[in-house]
Amino acid sequence: MASLADTHTPGAHGHSSLQHQFDTMEQQKESSTLGMWVFLVTEIMFFGGLFLAYVAYRTRYPEAFAAASHTLDVTMGAVNTAVLICSSLTMALAIWCAQTNRRKGIVLFLLLTILLGAVFLGVKAVEYADKFEHHHVPGASFQFHTEGGHTGAEDPNLAQHTQLFFSLYFVMTGLHATHMIIGIAILGFLAFYAWRGRYDREYHNPLEMTGLYWHFVDIVWIFLFPLLYLLGAHAS
Amino acid sequence: MNPELPFFPEAASTVAGDVDVLFITWSVISAFFTLLIAGLIVYFMARYRRRHPEEVGARERTALWLEVAWSVIPLLITLVMFVWGTRVYFKIYRPPADAIEYTAVGKQWMWKLQHPEGQREINTLHIPVGQPIKLKLTSEDVIHSFFVPAFRVKQDAVPGRYTSVWFEATKPGVYHLFCAEYCGGEHSRMVGSVIAMEPQRYEEWLAGGAGGKSMVASGAELFQQLACDTCHRAADNTGRLVRGPALDGVYGSEVQLASGGTAVADDNYLRESILNPNAKIVAGWQPVMPTFQGQVSEEQLTQLIAYVRSLGAGEGTAAAGGTGGPSHGPLDSAGGQIDSPAPQTAGPAKPEQQ
Amino acid sequence: MNTHAAAEPLVTPGPETAFERPNYLNAAYGLRSWLLTRDHKRIGILYLISISVFFAIGSLFAFLMRLELLTPEGDLVQPDTYNRLFTMHGVTMVFFFLIPSIPAVLGNFLVPLMIGARDLAFPKLNLASWYVYNLGAIFTLWAIVNGGVDTGWTFYTPFSTSFSNTHVVSTALGVFITGFSSIFTGLNFIVTIHRMRAPGMTWFRLPLFIWSHYATSVIIVLGTPVIAITILMVAAERLLHLGIFDPKLGGDPILFQHLFWFYSHPAVYIMILPAMGVISELVAAFARKPIFGYKFVAFASMAIAVLGFLVWGHHMFVSGQSIYAGTVFSILSMLVAIPSAVKVFNWTATLYEGSISYQTPMLYALGFIGLFTLGGLTGVMLATLGIDVHVHDTYFIVAHFHYIMVGGAIMAYLGGMHYWWPKISGRLYPGFLSKLSALLVFVGFNLTFFPQFILGYLGMPRRYWAYPPEFQVLNVLSTAGASILGVGFALPLFYFIWSMRYGKRSGDNPWGAVGLEWDTTSPPPTENFYTMPVVTHGPYEYNREEVHNRMTEEKTLG
Repeated sequence: MASLADTHTPGAHGHSSLQHQFDTMEQQKESSTLGMWVFLVTEIMFFGGLFLAYVAYRTRYPEAFAAASHTLDVTMGAVNTAVLICSSLTMALAIWCAQTNRRKGIVLFLLLTILLGAVFLGVKAVEYADKFEHHHVPGASFQFHTEGGHTGAEDPNLAQHTQLFFSLYFVMTGLHATHMIIGIAILGFLAFYAWRGRYDREYHNPLEMTGLYWHFVDIVWIFLFPLLYLLGAHAS
Repeated sequence: MNPELPFFPEAASTVAGDVDVLFITWSVISAFFTLLIAGLIVYFMARYRRRHPEEVGARERTALWLEVAWSVIPLLITLVMFVWGTRVYFKIYRPPADAIEYTAVGKQWMWKLQHPEGQREINTLHIPVGQPIKLKLTSEDVIHSFFVPAFRVKQDAVPGRYTSVWFEATKPGVYHLFCAEYCGGEHSRMVGSVIAMEPQRYEEWLAGGAGGKSMVASGAELFQQLACDTCHRAADNTGRLVRGPALDGVYGSEVQLASGGTAVADDNYLRESILNPNAKIVAGWQPVMPTFQGQVSEEQLTQLIAYVRSLGAGEGTAAAGGTGGPSHGPLDSAGGQIDSPAPQTAGPAKPEQQ
Repeated sequence: MNTHAAAEPLVTPGPETAFERPNYLNAAYGLRSWLLTRDHKRIGILYLISISVFFAIGSLFAFLMRLELLTPEGDLVQPDTYNRLFTMHGVTMVFFFLIPSIPAVLGNFLVPLMIGARDLAFPKLNLASWYVYNLGAIFTLWAIVNGGVDTGWTFYTPFSTSFSNTHVVSTALGVFITGFSSIFTGLNFIVTIHRMRAPGMTWFRLPLFIWSHYATSVIIVLGTPVIAITILMVAAERLLHLGIFDPKLGGDPILFQHLFWFYSHPAVYIMILPAMGVISELVAAFARKPIFGYKFVAFASMAIAVLGFLVWGHHMFVSGQSIYAGTVFSILSMLVAIPSAVKVFNWTATLYEGSISYQTPMLYALGFIGLFTLGGLTGVMLATLGIDVHVHDTYFIVAHFHYIMVGGAIMAYLGGMHYWWPKISGRLYPGFLSKLSALLVFVGFNLTFFPQFILGYLGMPRRYWAYPPEFQVLNVLSTAGASILGVGFALPLFYFIWSMRYGKRSGDNPWGAVGLEWDTTSPPPTENFYTMPVVTHGPYEYNREEVHNRMTEEKTLG
């Protein structure tokens, strides 16, 4: 994107960050923002393919999906949802600090956002480890135990179909986590530049754009959570 | 190739003529417009060629009526062709009520064909002229496609579900059978013939061949071997050891499911019940049926299904739509003849059935 | 016939004029200045080199295929080899040549020039897109060198996921990565066209080339991510045994087809819309007349982009999808043909009362119109359900899409290259040789692909390495045509390179064309314009005085 890695001396802003292809800072800012929105549209389509596959199979194998979803820890998922929503708040506050010339505030809230993101990833790591333990990772060692204590081996079809759920679970949450890791890395750079005083009321577009990206990643999770975790919630 | 017309294929089925008329009409329309445009281009090129290096063309003009005309006229033409083409398409995929069902299983890289009388063939299919034949298709591995150019029909054979296509040969002959969906190494060699014969000669061929057991008889044998009859009552049961729903009269009927919905007991339903019994449990029964996944081949599955069908067809009509080739013939509810048209619905667990 | 008149400006530029002035080519020398450039014009040339390499590779595969098909028996290569040849031909041509070609070469070069901007909105992203393209190319080339892939470019499951023993994953990853290159380009164009138009350049003063590229970019950003995720799922299934499309694991092979064609149908509009944009420019310039029905053509581009997303199921009429779905896709596919027809009629009407030059670019443009009409009409035939059942997966389909992609897109690409070559290089190419090439392409192309319509209706399936003997005559004709076509394609490569050193200098506007890109020098300076333009009229306003001035004046430093 235009302004993220622009090369100019720390501390200076305004016209020195105007890139040569633009006529005004206004035009540059609007272009960057439009670019980020278009990029987010591509991300919606990217995740969209997975959501489509999910909808197709969930409609076809509702019992298997409910049974598999039931094994996910709703508490952890809910905590993660809350964590992400808070991180979106801290992100928005970082931008507010930029708008009000609070340099230290920017750094603080960016670091908090990173921290919350890391908490989210930590919880997911715990969940993934749990899946490995329970042999819920699709592949040769997959096993699924139904309520009646039958293992996957005796009832291969239910296991097959729950395997579909877990395949989608890992791909969807894995893709989401990848996006979070990239987001955290970018936030790290931003925090560094912010500490060096790059952003202020006149110029903080990179923060706004990263904010857009971060909110998007948050919203994807808000869709993932009910679809993955809450299916089996009222299964008897 | 058609001996009368060079570069035009032979037409040997009841739909081939319809397809050809449609195709020729469109070809004529296409040729007309192509030549019109090409002709105008050549004419304008000559008439308005540049005579001086600084010459320019006329000023801009707009003509709304022209824009509308050349939008609406093509639209009308395509709409007419759409309706016509769809009617032919529906004819291709809706078998008549008296179609006899054969089975074709595609596998890398051959076609395994089975007659209702039990005769089996590889890559060749003998059929009688003048008899509508419905071909039930599936695959053992990857997607294949059953294509007979002389009949103008084609249908993909998809692993994991049944699809179907029908045709009625109009004259005797040997016609190419091709696999039309790329399936790996020997895809080009997955070819054979459909041999249409006069009905008399067809009977002779059937009789003279090493006719195997009919599908129903093979199915009955399997039913015993796999101990299905220990839980499902056969038509003449003794009344003991009842652990599964009765199968006589079940084919084609509407079944009440434990989950609250209903399903039609068609081929796909039966297939699913054998391979994945817990997917749909009949209301009032326990989920105790074991799966036979891995224990029965595709051919054996079709034999079992033929047997169950022979136990009597029930009332109820199939849901429309689903995989290519739903048939809409009326069900013969007076007791199962094998030639009752099989209501064709979607793959194993589509919610349309519920 | 004044064939030379328009090519020679009335003032021959001397050494102190066009060429030795600073321009984007001589602004800096050395490999670094090219590999780290942010100049959209240089990036366009970098792309030109990359896609030409892939075009050569894809053509080689095609040629080997046609050689094999000279005889009904398979006697040149093994069936396995043949399967890899047609797969790699499809993959390289679709993803590494056709989809980038016009946007990445001509679009990158011309979009800023045509709208009066100094560069695209995101020059670094532009350079990144070229590197991403090459990264994807490396994966795919690695697969090719190590034996190739044999799934068909369509990667149908479960063959591609569970049965193929070839380098599916690396090829798939190569395509996945290159997809991002496409997305970056599309994103760049959208933002540039929205935000960086020169003062006075309203939407309806934009050249139709820009409208086409805008519509194309919308398709790119909406569609490409879907195939990206689909490819990722195929790779995941192969590597990690996640059974998303495998029926043995409960998956659905038809779901793959839906996801795949959801992108791959709009992809063909990604390939043809830029071509149509080029044709609009060529017809206007070489008839010296505004395009008839400008607004209709502009809106037709947008209509194609939107409708193009609704028709993917017409690739699946015999797949096992419901016949009612087939009906819906059929009618929508008919509808999407109408805007294309509107364009063809408008181009033809533009010629009426024009001043038509027979220069090479115009020959390509007129060839396009005829061949695209035929190819497009066969497309509507395919949308007709009753016909498609018979010809699906036969050579009729192969002929149809080659008429559009080669007779259409590639001819437009060549026409555009011939038109803007003086702008890009400041040089002219030999007139006679270029017209001969155009003729060879036209004749060779028709000889190659028209017989395939007949073969298809006769029933010859596609992707067949051996075939029944009665199909041989038509196959031989087709191969003969391919040889001629190959010569026609090879010639421009040679004379374009030759012209860079020995070609006559073109002057700033050898065609006397109207357009912002012609309001600057040939080649342009790095910043595109000496003085940024202000636009006061529409895109194709030709009058005698303008043309005279354009052909005689030399741009001086502002």
